[in-house]
Amino acid sequence: MKVRKLKFMSLLLVLAMVLAACNSDSSSGDEKKDKDAKLDIFSWWTGAGEEDGLNALIDLFKEKHPDVKVENAAVAGGAGTNAKAVLASRMQGDDPPATFQVHGGAELNEGWVAAGKMEPLNDLYDEEGWNDKFPQDLIDMVSKDGNIYSVPVNIHRGNVLWYNTKVFEENGIEVPTTFDEWFAAADKLKEAGVTPLALGDKEPWTATQLFESTLLGVLGPDDYNKLFTGELSFKDDKVKEAAETFKKMLSYINEDHSSRNWQDASQMVANGEAAMNVMGDWAKGYFVNDLNLKVKEDFGWTETPETEGEFMVITDTFGLPKGVSNPDDVKKFLSVLGSVEGQDVFNPLKGSIPARTDSDVSKYDAYGQETIEDFKQASLVPSLAHGSAAPEGFLTKVNQAVNIFVTQQDVEQFTDSLDQASGELK
Amino acid sequence: MDPVRSSVKHTPSELKVATKRTKKALTKDHLMAIGFLTPSLILIAVFVYGFIGWTGYVSLSNWNSLVPDFSFAGLQNYIYLFKDFRFQADLRNTLFFTILFILTVIVIGIVLAILLDQKIRQESLFRNIFFFPMALSFVVTGVVWQWLLNPSTGVNLFLSKIGLDSKWYTDTTIIPGVSWGKIEFGIPVAIIAIVIAAVWQMTGFSVAMYLAGLRGIPEEVREAARIDGASEFQVYWKVILPLLRPITISVVIIMAHISLKIFDLIYAMTGSGANYVTDVPGVYMYETTFRGNYYANGAAIAIIMLLSVAIFIVPYLISSRKGES
Repeated sequence: MKVRKLKFMSLLLVLAMVLAACNSDSSSGDEKKDKDAKLDIFSWWTGAGEEDGLNALIDLFKEKHPDVKVENAAVAGGAGTNAKAVLASRMQGDDPPATFQVHGGAELNEGWVAAGKMEPLNDLYDEEGWNDKFPQDLIDMVSKDGNIYSVPVNIHRGNVLWYNTKVFEENGIEVPTTFDEWFAAADKLKEAGVTPLALGDKEPWTATQLFESTLLGVLGPDDYNKLFTGELSFKDDKVKEAAETFKKMLSYINEDHSSRNWQDASQMVANGEAAMNVMGDWAKGYFVNDLNLKVKEDFGWTETPETEGEFMVITDTFGLPKGVSNPDDVKKFLSVLGSVEGQDVFNPLKGSIPARTDSDVSKYDAYGQETIEDFKQASLVPSLAHGSAAPEGFLTKVNQAVNIFVTQQDVEQFTDSLDQASGELK
Repeated sequence: MDPVRSSVKHTPSELKVATKRTKKALTKDHLMAIGFLTPSLILIAVFVYGFIGWTGYVSLSNWNSLVPDFSFAGLQNYIYLFKDFRFQADLRNTLFFTILFILTVIVIGIVLAILLDQKIRQESLFRNIFFFPMALSFVVTGVVWQWLLNPSTGVNLFLSKIGLDSKWYTDTTIIPGVSWGKIEFGIPVAIIAIVIAAVWQMTGFSVAMYLAGLRGIPEEVREAARIDGASEFQVYWKVILPLLRPITISVVIIMAHISLKIFDLIYAMTGSGANYVTDVPGVYMYETTFRGNYYANGAAIAIIMLLSVAIFIVPYLISSRKGES
């Protein structure tokens, strides 16, 4: 008796497994057309200010469209490192989220658009009259072959030099704008026993960010852009000059840089251990919200040397993947995202500035207001370190080359490996 | 209990009946066994060996972007890796991490096990203390030791107060640093920090293994050695340690497969390190696959890691099979 029962059970078990294996494919098709389909918003906004911003945005959307079910499908992990892996497997498995966070520029265009996974949004832009509300440079960053593929929600600036005002005052240092001034200031600080430049490159992108702003300073926006279209070689003398400058800057950094992350480096500036730090303007959020510093009083900022009038753009955008079951709902969400109201609800909390040029300036702090002005006038260039200037594959190799360069400081070898990697740029 | 084995004497005819019965029972048992094993065999065949095969296939393809591309690339991905500075550094780091880690775990394991074996009071308390770190995840260990060994916090603050060097954690020196391929070959100083953390976590395991081994050696053996005039040191060195050889082999196998595949500890603790002094193939594979979208390269790293573990495991499996039969 017992034996038969067991046999029967084991048979059942096998059957159940076979069934489970067969089932996986068929479920996706019909189920999704269900009107219960959720609007899952995929992002990596799980940090302090950014999560609040996202939730405020979702609340605003729910207010306007109470009939649509929204789900916050954020995946934790700084700079989207984990989220991007999850997204890749969902997209390749033909199970795209309703909409997802993606940096404008190559990450979008050379990634998902080139892979044929995105729907164009030109209609939405026309309907909403967005074509003259976002700067043209920015729309170009989310367009490929004349089609627009995503809606920018915020702008971060990459080429910002942060400094501790007290340390600058005590040592009688003027805010440097050129490389010569910067090195003079750095020498003075070094003599005074302060670390001139804080760096935390445990994750190598921070060093890449320092390098890209140096590159922009030496080359200027036109030549900088040409690097990524293949019109200018990475073995060009100007790139070598930028690498030499970068190398010289590295002689002013803290010794334990490789065990620190960007927050640690910002902290060194905050408590006066170091005088300066190059970081995107999310560092402002960290100074103000986490370290309770006062804008302009405790810390100041300027463009990184010789990049005045240039704006290294990092923009988070959301698009419409192909194959979602509720594209109309997604478009409703995108239109809230691109509205003045939506941008002004999100950005003050996130600590970024709006991507639209007609937002309500009074909602932003001193840094925000100044940056909004700069954004309107400056020439916009895409950030390399954050995947806007070049595809992820190239960026990974650049990060490797930079990590090696920070230690070995061999300019020839560095530009050689950048040049080799640039084979990835079509 | 099996009736055949328990009875001692049989007449020939009885024996015949008995074997017949056993055979019949075995077929039933066989069916049962097959019934129970099939699901797991299918699952393992698909989800372990099937996916290993798939990874091998991907590693020979051109799939190095977001869009899958399964055209045949030959060994191109492997050739790229072995010429790559970072991968050469990874191989060096893994080699020296494995050697240092296994040696330290074995030496400390034996010493602590021998000490615990001296019929001390509160033995189980000590055993638990040594074994406890095993219960933690490598990620937790990584974060804790990162704060302990970081130049700006923890132990090194103390070290620099008393005038000792605190830079070893981020040191990029390779000892002795012989030029080999694109890299300097030798022991990376920074990897010592990771060895310390890994040893802290895994030593409890080898202590437990050796303690069990020591308990398995009959007291008579020691007595005999002592009667023959061996000193206490000689008893351990010439008698006990050779008898512990099978334990050592098991510890080496288990530790080697941990250290060759290590990812989480390093990812949480130091990351790749400046100039890739603490990078390992696992970290490289994760970054190149899921950040750079170099799927074929990542698959090639995975296969190389599998082969390197197989070098240890396969001879062990073969010899243990021989031992059984």
